[in-house]
Amino acid sequence: MNLMMILEMAAGAMGDRVAFQNGDDRLTYQQLFDAAGALAASLDDGRTKHLAMLDVSTLALPIGVFGASWAGIPFAPLNYRLTDPELDALIAQLNPGCLVTDAARAARLGAKLVPTADGEYVAVGTREALLETTRAPGARLREAPWSMDPDETAILLFTSGTTGAPKAAVLRQKHLVSYVLGTVEFMSADEADASLNCVPPYHVAGMAAIASSVYSGRRVVQLANFSAETWLETARREAITHAFVVPTMLARIVDALAGQSDAGLPSLRALSYGGGKMPLSVIEKAMKLFPQTDFTNAYGLTETSSTIALLGPQDHRDAFASADEKARRRLVSVGQPLPTVEVKVCDAETGEALPPGEHGLIHVRGEQVSGEYRGRGSQLDAEGWFNTRDGGYLDEAGFLFLEGRMDDVIVRGGENMSPGEIEDVLLTHEGVIDACVVGVPDEQWGEAVAAVVVLSPNAAQSGAGKASVAELQQWVKDRLRSSRTPERIEFWTELPYTETGKLLRRKVREALRETG
Amino acid sequence: MAVLKAGTRFKSAVCASQIMVVKAPAREVTLTCGGVPVVELAAPDAAGGSIDPAHKQGTQMGKRYTNAADDIELLCTKPGEGGLAADGEALVVKGAKPLPSSD
Repeated sequence: MNLMMILEMAAGAMGDRVAFQNGDDRLTYQQLFDAAGALAASLDDGRTKHLAMLDVSTLALPIGVFGASWAGIPFAPLNYRLTDPELDALIAQLNPGCLVTDAARAARLGAKLVPTADGEYVAVGTREALLETTRAPGARLREAPWSMDPDETAILLFTSGTTGAPKAAVLRQKHLVSYVLGTVEFMSADEADASLNCVPPYHVAGMAAIASSVYSGRRVVQLANFSAETWLETARREAITHAFVVPTMLARIVDALAGQSDAGLPSLRALSYGGGKMPLSVIEKAMKLFPQTDFTNAYGLTETSSTIALLGPQDHRDAFASADEKARRRLVSVGQPLPTVEVKVCDAETGEALPPGEHGLIHVRGEQVSGEYRGRGSQLDAEGWFNTRDGGYLDEAGFLFLEGRMDDVIVRGGENMSPGEIEDVLLTHEGVIDACVVGVPDEQWGEAVAAVVVLSPNAAQSGAGKASVAELQQWVKDRLRSSRTPERIEFWTELPYTETGKLLRRKVREALRETG
Repeated sequence: MAVLKAGTRFKSAVCASQIMVVKAPAREVTLTCGGVPVVELAAPDAAGGSIDPAHKQGTQMGKRYTNAADDIELLCTKPGEGGLAADGEALVVKGAKPLPSSD
């Protein structure tokens, strides 16, 4: 199994279709295949063991992903927002190798990266050079076929590290190919279909999108620097039919459309989102602004090769239209597991599987699940289950609800509580647009519940929907056990997020400790 | 007869079909296409031979084929006129409910 086989099938069946587009520059499937072969030939120097890419999305990205697979070496997309010392630590793990980046960075890094004591080094090249040499007419393709060994490493993804030092998740060919075969029908896209990709390459959704769009035959339009305005403008200009966004992106798109009754994007058939918690208010507004669009919520992790559960378009409509509170809540669930994976919720202490409605840790099993970190081996248990460390529960109908990372659980007087449960209640208050609940040190209870709340502009001033500390405490007290009432509530103008939409609880916790 | 391995690619000896093994049982299996045993992709093309009329259902690009026990799964990577079978049992297209695009 190899990602190259997926590209070979696409190039064979629809070689002249446009596979990737960046601005006005395009690569057809056949051109992508040839460029990957040319890159694989140049990587065949007996030395290079990794291909790292420190760059925004460009046409060099798919060439890098497939070229590395053909050459049989891991592809490692790096986060260009990291600081230099953080990047140095990652690059050191990719030695010996080759790093492709933009010209300015290449000049800076090229002078700095010196061979290690054993003479190994990371060579630095530019994106422009890669594009030029691999797309040159008559470029020589690698003669040796790619390996079909399912256990070869295809991609190394450094996990975002919202909770600690980044570590490299290992995604092998078998995980990614299983994901694609299990979720995408070959050549199912119409030739006119186009998907807008604004997720950075170092996010698993960005990697998964490359593999699945190639298999479906859908043209990918790359958008390197997201803003709501450029997203809307590109979507209209390119008649985008499919797109994936993280919750913060959708929130900004909805904001940019404030005052309008319709987004004016009739071509957009499907909008999927994931990578963080979607506030109910944002998704409800989006569904009104995009009445013709099918919404899908995808839940997945780096370690599971992306999506493992989906809340599909019909689920959205059913929940949206329902008068029943329970059914309506499904709009903030992540839907049901893919047919190709199994999900169970286990007790955090005993590890035993729990019945519907009971809260515990989400475990997942399936062929796309890697659960492996470089240098630490597989984290799967003897039966193949991966503990996501995400807390949550399944409802009676099998819908999965997330309640945040296990590492974020607040332990107050021996009682475990998940911040997500309290945040959900705060978010139902009409004056609250965002909320983050964390544990802060407390002499009496070990930890106390603290909340940081972002008020809507109306509520922040006064008048209707005005929310005071006392009122919000009462709001939670009326709906949850009294131990869940935040002892401390602060009002901020915004919460800290990673650029891919993950709430940085660590930063909230640190800030509260300093001011506490 | 051979024990199949996930990832191995085969081609038909009597038509254009090519397949990859996605899922394989631990037991030995005889895989045929067009009624004739398949050969490894890298093997030289066999001369002569023709499709057994009883195995003419064809293969479709990108479709996955499975047996009743669901312990064999093959992916068609190039279509042809012969039909796939494992130990004489005709393999059928694995029906998959289409999923909404999630990335």
